[in-house]
Amino acid sequence: MSRHTLSVLVEDTPGVLARVASLFSRRGFNIESLAVGPTEVPQVSRMTIVVNVEGAVLEQVTKQLNKLINVLKIVELDPDASVQREILLVKVKADLETRSHILETVQLFRAKVVDVASDAVTIEATGNGDKLAALLRVLEPFGIKELVKSGAVAMARGARSISDRPVRSADRSA
Amino acid sequence: MGEQSTGAQITGAQSLVLALETAGVTDVFGIPGGAILPLYDPLMDSRIRHILVRHEQGAGHAAEGFAGATGRVGVCMATSGPGATNLVTPIADAAMDSIPMVAITGQVPSGAIGTDAFQEADIRGITMPITKHNYLVTNADDIPRAIAEAFHIAATGRPGPVLVDVSKDALQALTTFNWPTAIDLPGYHPVTKPHAKQVRDAASMIIAAKSPVLYVGGGVIRANASVALRKLADITGIPVVTTLMARGAFPDSHPQHLGMPGMHGSVAAVGALQKSDLLITLGARFDDRVTGKLSTFAPNASIIHADIDPAEIGKNRYADIPIVGDMAEVIPELVMALEAEYAAGNRGDYGAWWELLNRMRETYPMGYDLPDDGTLSPQYVIQRLGLISGPDSIYAAGVGQHQMWAAQFIGYENPNTWLNSGGLGTMGFAVPAAMGAKVGCPDKTVWAVDGDGCFQMTNQELATCSVNEIPIKVALINNSSLGMVRQWQTLFYNSRYSNTDLESHRIPDFVKLADAYGCHGLRCESPDDVDTTIEKAMGMNDAPVVIDFVVHRDAMVWPMVAAGASNDEILVARAMAPDWGSDD
Repeated sequence: MSRHTLSVLVEDTPGVLARVASLFSRRGFNIESLAVGPTEVPQVSRMTIVVNVEGAVLEQVTKQLNKLINVLKIVELDPDASVQREILLVKVKADLETRSHILETVQLFRAKVVDVASDAVTIEATGNGDKLAALLRVLEPFGIKELVKSGAVAMARGARSISDRPVRSADRSA
Repeated sequence: MGEQSTGAQITGAQSLVLALETAGVTDVFGIPGGAILPLYDPLMDSRIRHILVRHEQGAGHAAEGFAGATGRVGVCMATSGPGATNLVTPIADAAMDSIPMVAITGQVPSGAIGTDAFQEADIRGITMPITKHNYLVTNADDIPRAIAEAFHIAATGRPGPVLVDVSKDALQALTTFNWPTAIDLPGYHPVTKPHAKQVRDAASMIIAAKSPVLYVGGGVIRANASVALRKLADITGIPVVTTLMARGAFPDSHPQHLGMPGMHGSVAAVGALQKSDLLITLGARFDDRVTGKLSTFAPNASIIHADIDPAEIGKNRYADIPIVGDMAEVIPELVMALEAEYAAGNRGDYGAWWELLNRMRETYPMGYDLPDDGTLSPQYVIQRLGLISGPDSIYAAGVGQHQMWAAQFIGYENPNTWLNSGGLGTMGFAVPAAMGAKVGCPDKTVWAVDGDGCFQMTNQELATCSVNEIPIKVALINNSSLGMVRQWQTLFYNSRYSNTDLESHRIPDFVKLADAYGCHGLRCESPDDVDTTIEKAMGMNDAPVVIDFVVHRDAMVWPMVAAGASNDEILVARAMAPDWGSDD
């Protein structure tokens, strides 16, 4: 099993998220995270789907996704040649004694405090999964009251855009 | 994208009827109801023949039968809610067997969607995993484009069902009719032309093989590639097996045809796959009913896998040479590549292979035992039916023992003459599918070979057949039980027959039932009467005919590979394994 990040361009039509989600569910593919939003092209949305599967299964995932009429393009992003970001909001217990320690941690991770209450602070952080996990490990001893995290969004490095890239050649003959 | 417009103000319903006419639809099977009522009004004035069925499931299977027999897109129609959900089984069936079908459903008015309105069901959501694509149309202006796209998607690439759900207010609203002159689907470009290098590689692999097999699936029939397949077989001399979905793709009378592989395949066909060193897979999908235990399937074979659907390639079995393409293009290109090899003096030698295969088929021909007590053998009935009605007839089967015997003992010579529910295994398929086939091919004799269990799931469509003068013929293989389940109970559950006795020898009286439905009802209980009864039915063309063949209930389907077992463990009869001899 290994982690793969797929960028999927889809037509922005009603039900397209349900189609993709239903496909994963029905074929027994596990989604680690899924993020969807608009792109530079009107009527085209982009999904970033992170899956943890074996190579042969990834090929099936890609091929089955490609069969959806509303799916326009699928590109697998190379982790070494792409930028991946998740956003984290975390509410941490903070009294007078611990607050300065927490703020220090926030600075170290280049995160920021977005809300302060008398006995808690809310921190926003972006980064890849490893960085956010490290931040959470450090914050944990202070007491995490609430946590929400987005799925990953990702983009390849370099000048070329996703529309310049060939689709992941899942069908080896094509 | 260009459009052809009539300019005149019409209702969405009129626009939908115009769209169906423009798409070339001649026959539709359906039932009206509240949400789809607006559509039925203009339909009355259309040249399209609407056949009013008795249950929406019948409409769906009839559309499948129509498509299977004609190769054209079948169309069914239903209202919202229960009308639409009754189409779910045939839609799933069409998806599994790659049948081109368009299902039109009415939906509650768009303002009521999501409110749990009367007869509301989210049929688009329900059918997402069982359609090739589906639409919810709530704007009358979108109707022609949705219909045009639906027919295009259903019929091209790997065929399949497409559902178009149209809200009642969209049917009632005023619109103009704009038919798209080109289909613009940026996410849908089926690859039909195979990659030349893959085809050349496949050809050299075929030349080098010692024991190749043409493993032919239903894709060859859907692609209308039987003639090309015949040529490929003739020039190569390679043995052919045709799967349940491919019966008729290659003539049964051809000396290279080893029969059907799989759970109830012939010893020669199953054995050929197991002993092969190269499977030339054409429009087949390594279904579990063919492979048995996957890890022991054709253990020594390299795989050439050609299919229109790239997702089938490598799904179940690794393909050494994957070829994505339409069988109507792949097979002729393969023929050309092989002819080039032959011209260069390269030719495969399959002499030793044929010796082994011929020994297998001489030792283990398809056969059956006649009951000792003089009662009717179901296999005999089906075999006689095939011989008397002949290969120009169309045969639609239900699911179970009678289906397997109809696949085994009727000789098929032509594509689109064998209709059955292969993937989903839908009991009740036969009668409505035969009805659809007869509507599509009125000049052909169409038989529903059905079991007494299956028949009772959809026999209400006999009323449709009688009223609409669709004279199908039903060969009811009545063993008074759910025969295939009973067979499994015999073999795997110590002959404990839990809930498989239908008592159909008593209830219903199928002859009276046929009579009640305006059909001719005949009964046959003795081997001596089989031929005369079939011949009598052959002469009855003024109304549907039902023959109640009261058959021996303990007959079993052989050969058999038990579910999950290796194909190597095929049994030719209970506890009787074939001796395949040494691997030479």
